Amino acid sequence: MLDQKLIGHRFPTHSAVVEAGRLRLFAKATGETRPEYVDEHAARAAGHPSLPAPPTFSACLYLDHSDIFGWLGGLGVDVSRILHGSQSFRYFAQVYAGDRLTFSSRIEDVLSKRGGALVFIVRETDVDNQAGVRVAEVRSTIIVKGK
Amino acid sequence: MTRPDTTMKLTYDSVNIGDTLPPLELPPLSRATLALYAGASGDHNPMHIDTDFARAAGMPDVFAHGMLSMAWLGRLLTNWAPQRDLREFSVRFSAITYVGERIVCNGRVADKLERDGETLIRVVMTTANEKGEVKLTGEAFIAVQRQ
Repeated sequence: MLDQKLIGHRFPTHSAVVEAGRLRLFAKATGETRPEYVDEHAARAAGHPSLPAPPTFSACLYLDHSDIFGWLGGLGVDVSRILHGSQSFRYFAQVYAGDRLTFSSRIEDVLSKRGGALVFIVRETDVDNQAGVRVAEVRSTIIVKGK
Repeated sequence: MTRPDTTMKLTYDSVNIGDTLPPLELPPLSRATLALYAGASGDHNPMHIDTDFARAAGMPDVFAHGMLSMAWLGRLLTNWAPQRDLREFSVRFSAITYVGERIVCNGRVADKLERDGETLIRVVMTTANEKGEVKLTGEAFIAVQRQ
């Protein structure tokens, strides 16, 4: 059941390396062609240590490992009833290719609206780099439509 | 069109409330882009890449990942301001973006404020199709130099 008992649920912490090839694929998929986002020489010439990860990229690396769809599926939710309601990022440091990021994710809130026709699930993820520096805090709200 | 100089710092005095960001115009959304974004992002939800699955779930066709649209707004921002100055970036997903739609991203400066010892500008943004139907609304806070 999707209720407030889920608040505080923690997903297993995991780490992932930001790969330059993955950043280039992300750039291709999003239409980003500026050299500093796809070419490591151009990135260094622009003052970066390596390719910078675009603002929303870190959300991809936790999707790989802590699958909220799988988790909701395990709770009996049909994935075709899930909508992404909102998403936000707070940034503290730039992420670059070669960084190893650690993701710590938890369910922050569960809200029932319109008499249970919609359930809002708020998930908060802390992202730290290999130096232990907090690089971002990511908040994602998933909406589950009732039957 | 000349490429915007992303290394140029914004200053408090060079930015005015009501200023608009150079719009970002996307080509008509293709299935190839959705397939690339599924691979790049790790979001393999079949609703975005498998027309048969989407139709069985009652949708007319596959549609864009919300986070793909957010990535476009990220490009709108980093075309205009250096990414390292981005402090906060949030969106609300209000309507579905379908294959074939021609999306334009727009933004404008809504406010200038002080927070945590920094001078920030607040930018509000939208993505909309060729009919002007809004798909996403977003907000960002960007640090600027006082002088």
